[in-house]
Amino acid sequence: MIHVIVELSKYVILTLMVVYTFHCFYVVSRNDDEERIDLLGQQLVLIFFMDFTAFLVIYLQTWDFQVIVFYLETMAYFAAVQILFRMIYKKASFLLLNNMCMLLSIGFIMLCRLDLTYATRQLMIAAGGSAVALIVPVLIEKMRFLNRLTWLYAGVGIALLGAVLIFARTSYGAKLSLFGIQPSELIKIVFIFFMASYLYKDVTFRKVVVATVVSALHVIILVCSSDLGSALIFFVAYLVLIYVATRNVGYLALGTGAGCAGAVAAYFLFSHVRQRVTAWKDPMAVYENEGYQIVQSLFAIGTGGWFGMGLCQGSPESIPIVKQDFIFSAICEELGGIFGICLILVCMSFFLMIVNIAIRIKNPFYKLIALGLGTEYATQVFLTVGGVTKFIPLTGVTLPLVSYGGTSVVCTILMLAIIQGLYILREDEDEEIERQRREARRRLRAEEEIRRRY
Amino acid sequence: MFFVLIFVSLIGYLIYYNVALSQDFINSPYNTRQDTFADRVVRGDIVSSEGEVLATTSVSEDGTETRVYPYSNMFAHVVGYDSNGKSGLESEANYSLLSSHSFFLEQIQNELQGDKNQGDTVVSSLSVTLQSAAYNALGSYNGAVVVMEPSTGRILAMVSKPDFDPNTISTEYSALVSDENNSSLLNRATNGAYPPGSTFKVVVALDYFRTYGSLEGFSYLCEGSITVDEHTISCYNGNVHGQEDLYSAFAYSCNCAFAEIGLSLGGDSLKDTAEDLLFNQSLPLTSYRTSTFSADSSSASALLMQTSIGQGDTLVSPMHMALITCAIANDGILMQPTLIDQVVSSDGDVVDTTEAEVYKRLMTSNEANVLGELMKDVVEYGTATGLSGRGYTVAGKTGSAEYDEQGSSHSWFIGYSNVDDPDLVVAVIAEGGGTGSQTAVPIAAAVFDAYYSSYSG
Repeated sequence: MIHVIVELSKYVILTLMVVYTFHCFYVVSRNDDEERIDLLGQQLVLIFFMDFTAFLVIYLQTWDFQVIVFYLETMAYFAAVQILFRMIYKKASFLLLNNMCMLLSIGFIMLCRLDLTYATRQLMIAAGGSAVALIVPVLIEKMRFLNRLTWLYAGVGIALLGAVLIFARTSYGAKLSLFGIQPSELIKIVFIFFMASYLYKDVTFRKVVVATVVSALHVIILVCSSDLGSALIFFVAYLVLIYVATRNVGYLALGTGAGCAGAVAAYFLFSHVRQRVTAWKDPMAVYENEGYQIVQSLFAIGTGGWFGMGLCQGSPESIPIVKQDFIFSAICEELGGIFGICLILVCMSFFLMIVNIAIRIKNPFYKLIALGLGTEYATQVFLTVGGVTKFIPLTGVTLPLVSYGGTSVVCTILMLAIIQGLYILREDEDEEIERQRREARRRLRAEEEIRRRY
Repeated sequence: MFFVLIFVSLIGYLIYYNVALSQDFINSPYNTRQDTFADRVVRGDIVSSEGEVLATTSVSEDGTETRVYPYSNMFAHVVGYDSNGKSGLESEANYSLLSSHSFFLEQIQNELQGDKNQGDTVVSSLSVTLQSAAYNALGSYNGAVVVMEPSTGRILAMVSKPDFDPNTISTEYSALVSDENNSSLLNRATNGAYPPGSTFKVVVALDYFRTYGSLEGFSYLCEGSITVDEHTISCYNGNVHGQEDLYSAFAYSCNCAFAEIGLSLGGDSLKDTAEDLLFNQSLPLTSYRTSTFSADSSSASALLMQTSIGQGDTLVSPMHMALITCAIANDGILMQPTLIDQVVSSDGDVVDTTEAEVYKRLMTSNEANVLGELMKDVVEYGTATGLSGRGYTVAGKTGSAEYDEQGSSHSWFIGYSNVDDPDLVVAVIAEGGGTGSQTAVPIAAAVFDAYYSSYSG
C-alpha cells in the first residue's frame, strides 16, 4: 500500500516541479504586474505542496517523528524568509527569492532522506545565513565606499586561501577547510568585489596585467590545494569580467588559450588532475580506484531513469560524498531524470535573472559585481552537474543551495542578498528616471499651456 | 548567451545519457542497486531461442524462491548461476530479469495485495538443439565449443567442460572453488587460454597476403623438418609434404612452410596483423580473457618459427578464434556478438529487441575471400576431409596445440558451413584430444549435422 503511495508521489512531485519550472520562464514573459504577482504566489503554493508530499512520503517509509518536526521547521523557515523579506524589501525580485526557496527545498528533502542530522544542521545554517542576508541589501545601499576597498579584497583573498593551503588538512584529496569553514566559498564573493572595484572606472593595459597577476595568484593557490573546481570558477569569473570591462575579444581569446595551456600543464604537473581525467575517460576501467565515485553516480542516474525510483527507494548512499558533490545524482536517482532537467532549468532561470539585473544596472561597479557573481554561479552549476554525469571531468564542487555544506549555503544566500540589493538599487534608479521623466513631461505640458494661453 | 548554451548542453547530455548510455552502466555487474529490486520482483525466466526454459524461479507456498535450471550442467557456464555471486547471462541480464514490464494495472493490484511482480523474460539466442549436440559431442573431453551466426553475431551455443550443476551450486560452491585441478567454474570458451596451434596459420596467411598482395608466388619444398639457428621445426608425424604452394601448405598444415613464411614476414608484421585481429586488444564481450601475442622484431628466430605455427607464447580463447572465423565468414566484418535476442514482459509484450550491429571490420572483403579459399581446400583435400561430402559445404582449419614436453596436444577446429552464404561458425577445442582431425573435426561435424537436420527440413 505504502509502495503505491510512493509510486504515485513520484509523479505528483514531478508534475509540481515541471509546473514550477514553467512558471519560472513564463512569469518573465508577462508584463502585467498583477498577473506576475499572481504567478509568483502560485509558485509558493507549488513549493508548499511539493514539500508536503515529499516529507509525507519520507515519513511514511521511516516512521520517524523527527521528519515531521523537521518539516514543520522548514515551513517556519520559509514562511519567515518570505514574509520578512517581502515586508522589508517591497521592491526585491521575488522570482529570485522563490527560486532560492525552491532550491533549498530540494536540498532539504534530499538531505532529510539521506541523513536527518545533516538536514537539520543545514536548516540552522541557512536560517542564520538568511538572517544576516536580510540586512545586506540595506548595507549595499548605504555603504557607498565598497568600491574603494580594492586592495583589502585582494589581500584578504590571497591571505585566506594561502592559509588554507598551508594549514588545512587534506580531506577527499583536497585542502578545503579551516575551523570547519571553507574560505574559498567566501573568497568567491570577495574576489568579485576586487575585480569590480579595480576595473569599473577605467581599464588600461597595465590594469589588465595587474588584475591577471592577482587572479592568477588566487587560481594557483587553489590548484595547489587541489581545489580544482574553485580554481576553474575563479578563472572563468576573471575571464568574463576582463572581457566585460574591456569589451576586447582579444583578451577573451588570449585568456581561453592561456587557460587551456594551464589545464594541460596542470595535467602533467599534478597527479590529482591526471586521476580525474583517467576516471572521466573510462571510469569502468578504474572502477576499483578513482573511477568508483563517478561509476556509482552514473549507476544512480541510470537506474533512476526518467521518473526516478521514488523517495527512499533508491540507494544513493552508495555514492561517496553524496550529500555534497553528488547530490544531483541522488536527486536523479530518486526523483527522476526529468526532475533533474527541471532543476537545471531552475538554475538557468536563476542565472538569467541575475544577468537580467546586471544588464539593467547603470553603475559600472555594481554591474560588474552582478555579472561576476552570476558567472560564478553558472560555472559552479555546470561543473557539478557536468561532473557527476560524466559530461566533463569531475572537479568536486557543490550544487549551490542544494548540496550540504555550511559555508557554501551561507555564501550563496549572501551572494543572492547582494544581488537583491543591486536589484533594489536598480529599481530605485528606474524610479528616479521615471520621476525625472514625469517631471520633464509636466514641465513641457506646463510650458505648452503657458504658450497656448498667450 | 554562452552560459545559456552551457546549460542547454548539460540538459542535452543528461537526455543523451538517459537514452543512449545508461543501459551500459546500469547493466554492469558492479551495480548492486539491481539486487534491491528482488524484494519486489520475482526474477524472470531465461529461455532458449526455441522457447525452452533454461532458468526459472519457482516460488513455494511460503514464498521461498528457488532458481531452477532444467538442463542442469548443459548450460552451466553460458546461462550461469545466481547464488554465490552471479555469472553468465544471469549476471549480464540481471537488470532485465529484475525489471517488470507486466501490465500496469496488474502491477498495482500486486502492490496492493503485497504480491511480487513477475520479472521480464530474457529470450537468449542459444539453441537447445545445437547446445546439446555440442555438449554431447564434446563428451568426456575438457574443452569448449562455440557456435555463432556470422551474419548477425548471435551466439547459438557455448559449451565449456568440466562443468557443474547450477541447481546445487550453493552447496557445492566452496568445493568447486577449491578444486584447482578442474576449475569447473571457469568458462573455458571465453576465459580459457590455449596455444592456438595450427589454427593460427590463418593469421600468418593473412599477413602473407597483406605483405605480398597475392598467394600465388609461393612455393616451398617440404622435407619434413626445417632447422634455423640450431632450432628445428618438424611437420606432424615427420610427414614430408614435398613441393607445395600456399594452398596445399595450408591444407596439409605444413609446419615447415609456415615457419619459413613467419621468418620472412618478421615479428613486427605478424604482430600488426595479429593485433588487427584483436590479439592484445579488448574483445566485444562482457567477460573474457584478452588473447596475447608477444613476438616482435626483437624475437629470436626460434620463437618466431614457433609463433608462426601457433606455439610459442601466443594464447587465445576459443571464443576469440570463433570471432576471427565469423569475420572471415562475413566478408571481413565482425558483428557485435550477442547472447540476448529479446526481452519480453510476463504478458508476452516485447520490451527490447537486440538489433544486429557491426562491431568492426577486421579485414577487407578480398582478404576474407582469400582466407575462405584456403579454408575450403582444408576440407576438400587437407586435414579436415572428415567434413566433406555431408550435404553441406564447410571451410575450416584444424590445429593441434602441443602443451607439454611429451608432445600431447589439444585438438582444435575452426570453420563455417555453407561457404557461399555462411550459416554457422563453429570453434572447438578438446583438451588432450590429439590432432584436429582426430577429435575436433568430428565434434564440429556433429554440430553441423544437428543444425542441418533440424533447420533445413
